[in-house]
Amino acid sequence: MSFINYSSREINCKIVYYGPGLCGKTTNLQYIYQKTNPDNRGKMISLATETERTLFFDFLPLALGTIRGFKVRFHLYTVPGQVFYDASRKLILRGADGVVFVADSQVDRLEANVESLENLRVNLAEHGFDLDTIPLTLQFNKRDLGDIAPVEELNGLLNTRGVPAFTCTATTGEGVFDTLKDIAKQVVLELKKKG
Amino acid sequence: VDDRAYLTPGTVQRIEEELRSFRQLARARVVFLIDRNGQLLGQAGDSAGVDTTALAALTASNIAASRAIAELMGEQEFSGVFHEGDSDHLFICVAGSEAILLVLFDAQTSIGLVRLRVKKTAQRLAELFEAGELAETEEKTLSPFAEITEEDIDQLFR
Repeated sequence: MSFINYSSREINCKIVYYGPGLCGKTTNLQYIYQKTNPDNRGKMISLATETERTLFFDFLPLALGTIRGFKVRFHLYTVPGQVFYDASRKLILRGADGVVFVADSQVDRLEANVESLENLRVNLAEHGFDLDTIPLTLQFNKRDLGDIAPVEELNGLLNTRGVPAFTCTATTGEGVFDTLKDIAKQVVLELKKKG
Repeated sequence: VDDRAYLTPGTVQRIEEELRSFRQLARARVVFLIDRNGQLLGQAGDSAGVDTTALAALTASNIAASRAIAELMGEQEFSGVFHEGDSDHLFICVAGSEAILLVLFDAQTSIGLVRLRVKKTAQRLAELFEAGELAETEEKTLSPFAEITEEDIDQLFR
């Protein structure tokens, strides 16, 4: 359960970036942080190991504006991608309004993507969410690298639901905001549906 | 399933009264009420200079991690977590299934007094949430999101 505050007229939406280890979840948030006007964002918090691998999560609050007099804030989280951090990943999904699944386009990471997506399904279910209905955006990251799978193959493997999917190079920012805009839109439209 | 609750001005007022009263009785510096997903719901006391958004997100994660640890140890939940600093200390306490109280205090009071008072406040706030007083249907009909257009959403990114 999350709270819509009629007193301060604001609503916070939680978006979680999910995906296998080293797929670029943290890089997405870092790019958004760098390119967002400081008035519209809070501090980015990264709970990471000394080697800069995500240990628990990254957190970035964005205040993009108002809709019908309500301040709409997006709280972006990443999960730790490494397989053995599953207990932590599960905790971060609590109360998620939408999920961005960041896939690593490299051919040798295809299996890791599929496993991570299946893990997302299981962990969402623990919170009563369904991967087939929750607002979801796919991102095919690392398009600048060699030996990457074609988009059609990635869609066939990961996008059976047919949700919007964006190609991306998070290190240069290409596709990062397209992904964010899409999930934000889906989340807000879901609010509309709930009335 | 509608998993959202609606904080009406009346509820916010009641929450703030509880927090103010607690702060006075416990002689705490600041008290925050945070939902389990990391959203700040209310506060009493001076929080100038504190990044309350980050504080709420980290506190919720802290409690989520404590709970997962408790489950590993065969406990259902650790109801309180104490962080001791040199001069300032934190006591975090769950308030029912949906909320968390975070108390910042110093030498003006003691952990014993904070603990004693926070339990009662947590219980009253938990009852407030569980009584379903948050979801007032009249207020829900005023939802600003029912009439939203794609253009409204696009405007957020301009």
